[in-house]
Amino acid sequence: MAFMNTLAVHIENLSFRYPGQNHPLFNQFNLDIGSGERFGLFGPNGAGKTTLMHLMTGLLPYMSGEISLLGKKVRPHDKTINPLFGFVPQDFSFYQELSPVENLEFFGAWSGLSKSAIRKRMTELFFTLGLEEVRNKQVRKFSGGMKRRLNLSIAVLHEPQILFLDEPTVGVDVQTRHAIMDYLKELNKKGTTLIYTSHQLREAEDLCEKIALIDEGRIIAHDHLNTLLTSHTQDGLEGLYISLTGKSYRD
Amino acid sequence: MFKLWATIKKDFRLLVRDRAGLLSMFVMPIILVMVITSVQNSTFELVNNNKIGLLICNRDTGEAGQQLIGAIEKIGMFRLVTDKEKIGEDQMAEAMHDKDVKLAIGIPEDFSARISAKAKQVSAQALKGLGLPEEEGDSSGISPSPVTLYFHPVLQPSFRQSVRGVLNSTLQLVESKYIVNDLYFRIHEKDIPDSLDNQILNNQVPIREVAAGRNGSSHIPNATQHNVPAWTIFAMFFIVVSLGGSVVREKQNGSFLRLKTLPTHFQLALLSKQIVYISVTLLQATVIFSIGVWIFPYMGLPELHIPGDFIALLLVTLVCGWCAASFAILIGVFAETQEQANGFGSVSIVILAAIGGLLVPSFAMPASFSIPMKISPLHWCLESYYGLFLEDGRLKDIIVNILSLLAITMLMQIIIFIGLKRKNLI
Repeated sequence: MAFMNTLAVHIENLSFRYPGQNHPLFNQFNLDIGSGERFGLFGPNGAGKTTLMHLMTGLLPYMSGEISLLGKKVRPHDKTINPLFGFVPQDFSFYQELSPVENLEFFGAWSGLSKSAIRKRMTELFFTLGLEEVRNKQVRKFSGGMKRRLNLSIAVLHEPQILFLDEPTVGVDVQTRHAIMDYLKELNKKGTTLIYTSHQLREAEDLCEKIALIDEGRIIAHDHLNTLLTSHTQDGLEGLYISLTGKSYRD
Repeated sequence: MFKLWATIKKDFRLLVRDRAGLLSMFVMPIILVMVITSVQNSTFELVNNNKIGLLICNRDTGEAGQQLIGAIEKIGMFRLVTDKEKIGEDQMAEAMHDKDVKLAIGIPEDFSARISAKAKQVSAQALKGLGLPEEEGDSSGISPSPVTLYFHPVLQPSFRQSVRGVLNSTLQLVESKYIVNDLYFRIHEKDIPDSLDNQILNNQVPIREVAAGRNGSSHIPNATQHNVPAWTIFAMFFIVVSLGGSVVREKQNGSFLRLKTLPTHFQLALLSKQIVYISVTLLQATVIFSIGVWIFPYMGLPELHIPGDFIALLLVTLVCGWCAASFAILIGVFAETQEQANGFGSVSIVILAAIGGLLVPSFAMPASFSIPMKISPLHWCLESYYGLFLEDGRLKDIIVNILSLLAITMLMQIIIFIGLKRKNLI
């Protein structure tokens, strides 16, 4: 918990526009996320949640402003910040033709781990996330839940201080969802900052202490979840969400 | 080094689990080389070893027609099928079909009479020119009746041209014989002796064929020496189906995206892919050349003669492999779907092979293709291999081709880098 007092993420005057679009998605955007927080980022489709995650992880280059992770600037993207974070993308971003062992061997090496460290972490993760029995089987034949757990295990292999989670439980059954949520809380207890986005609002209520609601690239609410619920006289995140973003389609 | 090794292991595993890719990289090219070499070898043997069937319909009433047939027979290129029934012009096509021949010659009825008249005219003019007394001499122009060459529509123009050349030379021979006979008769007032008459027909200046290879080599090229290197290059570039598809899959499934979030530079991924697939191309060349050396003789095909400069052969194969891998990655970077990569990749290789001289020899291509040909990397691969396999050249003889190939490869590497940057993958 040595980094509890520093900011995990500091975003200042961020501007970003997709090529070919007239209006910037983010304009003078500011956000701070403290270390060790379980932070939820919510908003309708197209609000900019995934884009913001990609900007924070250096996957997308921003036009102006500044983003830093644990005090280190994201740009210029020279990979020095990469060991600080793990990223669980929405897609199954691994090799379906390989087994979990082969995937973790490869991604572990790319994360900068030694052969023995990879082996040690692999054993821990496969045990914790229930992949022990299928560790040598081709991922292609796995269920959606097993693939989600593998997607997560690759991101946490190098024990990052910040974990970005983009819809980490889409399409999984209740058991897998609980297993993933329990594991994430466990990680957070050990000091990992969780930055999470999802449309599963009940799950989000259970996981997140602080949230930010964004819409069209702007923050429309940002505080502790309980504070926001009280101030908007709502008893759940879904009610708060609808009261702030409306009921009309956004995509 | 551990990162590179782990990446190579990953790429190797992906490769061996891609059965369709392996099939397109190894099985298909081997079948292609065997089939095309066999087909071209049979064409080669048809022209050089087997005699081509030639139907002759001699309607001539004199001796010249028979002498022409004798002269054609002496060339040894044709298996003569003589028509005894003297069929008419309109029946020739049917007769060719019945006798299963692709060529036929019709000698007209007045062939001897016309040749004789032409000979008399020429000899009279020759004697007049020498100031010797001349006898009769028809001053009006005598044009010999045409000898008709019938050909099956499947025969290629170049082949028809060569048959026509053969026919012209035999006709000249017969015409010359008649002129000399007539001159002899006019001067000596008696017929030419048989021994002298035979010399005109038989004692032609012989032609010696020498393959002008480099460094004193004079190996006669054959279908194997032509086809094995050419189709090996084709096979190398067909790694686009596996490698291009693999790059697209990694882009689509987000693996590239995840790699970007890890503290390792993406160039390592490209380096690993190139190492793995250059190894594949080396293996392809080794397998195909080995088949040429050890299996072809059992199939009745000429054995592949491996060039003497082994270092040059290895270098050319390496550079060709690198170029093929770069091309495949280039396609993979710009293609949006696997179907695009496979379709565009395969078709573009066939086009590059065509303009590069793999399908039609480069010297036979139209002048307008001279620039596109130089852009095709397959052209430089082929020129390098031909320099070694057909001309028995050394490294110094093909270094310009290798440098050109390297320049194209470097250009592709630059475009790959720009493409990855623009697509925000690095």
